[in-house]
Amino acid sequence: MLVSILPLAGLGTLLGFLLGVASRVLYVERSNVAREIEELLPGTQCGQCGSPSCGAAAEAAAAGELPPAFCPPGGRAVAEAVAGKLGLPLDLASLVDEQPRLAEINEDICIGCTRCYKVCPTDAIAGAAKQMHVVFADACTACGKCEEVCPTGCIRLVPVTETLQSWAWNQPSL
Amino acid sequence: MFSPRLRGGVHPPGHKELSNASPIRRFPLAERLYLPLQQHLGAPATPIVKVGERVRKGQLVASSQGTVSAPVHAPTSGVVRALAEHTAPHPSGLPVLAITLEPDGREEWDPSLAPVSDPLALPPEELCLRVGSAGIVGLGGATFPAAVKLGSSLKRGVDTLILNGGECEPYLTCDDRLMQEEPESIIRGALLMQHAVQARRVIVGIEDNKPHALAAIRKAAEGQGVEVRSVPSRYPMGSQKQLVQLLTGIELPAMSRAADSGVLMHNVATARAVYQALCQGRPLISRVVTLSGQALTHQGNWEVPLGTPASYLINYASGFDCAPARLIMGGPMMGIQLPDLNVPVIKGTSGILALTRKEINTDEPGPCVRCAGCVRACPMGLQPLEMAANIRNGDFEKARSLGLDDCVGCGACSYICPASLPLVHLFNYAKGELASRQREARKMEKTRALAQRREERLVRQAREREELMAARRAAAARKAAGEEGPS
Amino acid sequence: MNQPIHGPHAHSSAQLGALMLQVMLALAPATLYSFWLYGWPAFNLWLLCLVSALFWEALFLALFHKPVGAHLKDGSATVTAWIMALCLPPWAPWWLAVVGTFLAIAIIKQIFGGLGQNVFNPAMAARVMLLIAFPVEMTTWIAPEAVAISPPDITSGLAITFQGLSALPDGYSGATLLDAVKNQSAQGDPVSATLSHLDYRPTDAIIGLRGGSLGESTSALLLLGGLYLLWRRVITWQAPLGLLLGAAVPAAGLSLAAPESYPGGVFHLLAGGLMLAAFFIVTDPVTAPITARGRFVFGLGCGLLTWLIRTFGNYPEGVAFAVMLMNSTVPLIDRYIKPRIYGRTRKGDPLPITEGRTS
Repeated sequence: MLVSILPLAGLGTLLGFLLGVASRVLYVERSNVAREIEELLPGTQCGQCGSPSCGAAAEAAAAGELPPAFCPPGGRAVAEAVAGKLGLPLDLASLVDEQPRLAEINEDICIGCTRCYKVCPTDAIAGAAKQMHVVFADACTACGKCEEVCPTGCIRLVPVTETLQSWAWNQPSL
Repeated sequence: MFSPRLRGGVHPPGHKELSNASPIRRFPLAERLYLPLQQHLGAPATPIVKVGERVRKGQLVASSQGTVSAPVHAPTSGVVRALAEHTAPHPSGLPVLAITLEPDGREEWDPSLAPVSDPLALPPEELCLRVGSAGIVGLGGATFPAAVKLGSSLKRGVDTLILNGGECEPYLTCDDRLMQEEPESIIRGALLMQHAVQARRVIVGIEDNKPHALAAIRKAAEGQGVEVRSVPSRYPMGSQKQLVQLLTGIELPAMSRAADSGVLMHNVATARAVYQALCQGRPLISRVVTLSGQALTHQGNWEVPLGTPASYLINYASGFDCAPARLIMGGPMMGIQLPDLNVPVIKGTSGILALTRKEINTDEPGPCVRCAGCVRACPMGLQPLEMAANIRNGDFEKARSLGLDDCVGCGACSYICPASLPLVHLFNYAKGELASRQREARKMEKTRALAQRREERLVRQAREREELMAARRAAAARKAAGEEGPS
Repeated sequence: MNQPIHGPHAHSSAQLGALMLQVMLALAPATLYSFWLYGWPAFNLWLLCLVSALFWEALFLALFHKPVGAHLKDGSATVTAWIMALCLPPWAPWWLAVVGTFLAIAIIKQIFGGLGQNVFNPAMAARVMLLIAFPVEMTTWIAPEAVAISPPDITSGLAITFQGLSALPDGYSGATLLDAVKNQSAQGDPVSATLSHLDYRPTDAIIGLRGGSLGESTSALLLLGGLYLLWRRVITWQAPLGLLLGAAVPAAGLSLAAPESYPGGVFHLLAGGLMLAAFFIVTDPVTAPITARGRFVFGLGCGLLTWLIRTFGNYPEGVAFAVMLMNSTVPLIDRYIKPRIYGRTRKGDPLPITEGRTS
């Protein structure tokens, strides 16, 4: 009986010791994950995720306090990239599947107050005092800051209308 | 020894006999013609006519924008009634800007149009320009502006011009009838294109299921220095990469244009359009369209003025035998489902099909049993079942690494799949997803750069304000000290 | 807006159910012949296999919330059960059929993900598991001559099927050729002596006068069925040819070197389940590679392993083990044997652009 117990116990102890040594000697330094996640984010500090800035959100995500799908303007691409970096499963249902949106100015109501373009994080609104303001579509990230400050409610986030150029095939149902 | 074969491919029933015996008839003018400003690949044309303006037949109504574009000409004389959005001949049914023309029935030609007496005496660059100003695009279905292709081929220098008389899609017979009825125009057009690109050699490739077309073209090509070769009738023999390899032995490298390998290919109808433009002074204002499918009463080929609504075309030419189960523009393999019959005939409309339920596939997709029929059928040597499995899992990058970008979308794999899996749909969906992700990534880089620049600007402005305030404070302090000092 | 329908709008007549029917049609002659050879118990066993397979398939489809009717109709469970039945001893008891189909359908097929998702060939995996779990019942072979002399009628047939080995009358059981050759060779008898003692003629194996499992009975009818499937393009020729070459060539080679210790290529081709395997087992699309060259390598490996196990292994018949082993290498084969994409090199880079000056 002892003949069978002792060698196995000894083997287990030896291998366990070797594993412990290896986990120290072969330890891999984790690079700063939060920094890498911040690189993936839009960087507009829009605050839609609830964190004050993209950097803070990245730290929270790295610490596990935010789920990978925390960035609405980033959409599916950012959610997948963050989930991939952290090695977490991505719950696509938690992604609010908003259509891509852009800010649009209703020129009839715009009074040229200049509040919106001062807060736009990407300078996507051009205008001057008492002049009509206009949104550059390819710079707008739909962060919503302009909508918050507009006194007349003339600038709103609207879904992007589909054109022949932007249309794509849907996913086939199987 | 061994006759050349197509790699992979499928052999769907051709149904050519429904329409290949009837000669091409001229279609009368509809009450309204709708001319989309985008009937080609590239930038849409800009309209140069106004609502209410009277135009003549063949008159330029929209000019090309930029290098890759094509102009649009009036198919007949009449009055421009509107410049408005109209249903596009596109599966989405989204609108496209179109010129609405009301024909006046007089068919007055634009007097400024004039044929060239000896086109072969013109310099090649001039020929290319004239082809461009005639609004000619690839009439095989790709609608790439022909002048751009000719011009870049001339610059690059091509050795061989190939005329594509394949027409491998089932039901379509417009090229077949055109080759039988106007072989001299096609050959003349080919020689003109040969001169335009200074090619050494011209080959016409025709599928062997068109014996009359082969005979007619062979006769017209005698003594002209044009080779006529018969190719096996298999789908997709008419695909550019496959036809080039079969006729010249050249395998076009991936991600390259045919001109880079010294080959230029054009459809036979495009050649005929070039002939008409140069030798008759006639811009591209009509094309041959095949009307076919068992749901129609009379199938046949018609020379249709561009802009004719499909509903008018079918009502006049045929009428329905029974309610169609599906309406298609193009062939059944790569053609698109028409959103409705309000769409107009455009430069790329090779056919309009009204198919019954028996002619289409209504099976529900089943599980993939890895029978590898798709691998055997793929003319490009891809593995459709592997790409499809990865796309269904959402791994688009893996699908791309398996060769998704090399897929020409011929549909041979979906055709042969015993489980009726929507393979090409999956591939086009994945291509669209990858493209939109790329666009999003580029936009995000750009907006991040903009946001950073703004941050830096705000910091800089704040610093400048600080310095200004400090300078003012210093100046005020100095002034105050100066006042107090001397007194 | 309704999403438009994507092409192609035409479709070939190829359908899953039709493919399965062709396979069943190809199996029918050999199966009917073996019913004639072995009598009612064989028929009971075959029927029981089919019925219990359909039962297990329906049960597990329902458990996994998949549409039962649609999947049962495609015939894949029926074909799996049919092939498995042909691999069982002809007078096997009823519970062998039920357990075997449970292993094949529920464990190897449904739990791995259903049709198209299994790694191992269900019939072969089930046979291996049964062989290891119930070695006695799985090696009780019946001599066709004995059946020919006094065939059991329906009632005794039912008794044999449902009461198992205890009801087996004396004088019916016998060894297969492979059994005999292996046992006698192990004892040192030369092969030719064993074969002449058994009065072996190759034609016997072709027309099935030697004992074996249900499907080993006749190579000729199986070959016929296989050629029919090749003609109808249901299967491709690479895997069957690979299997036959992989078994026959080494066998012939070694037999030339030492004819008294090793039987030759023809013997191996006609003995055991090799013909059944060649046209119906290695051609199973789900568990075979997707390229033609890959399938040839797969068949070759199966044949070689079969011959190795038969000659040097512990078991007289090695087809099932060989197929399972090669099934596990299929992802590897698919990874390294891929078609060359048009316009690219084997590695996947675009071809170099040459200024094409054609002849």
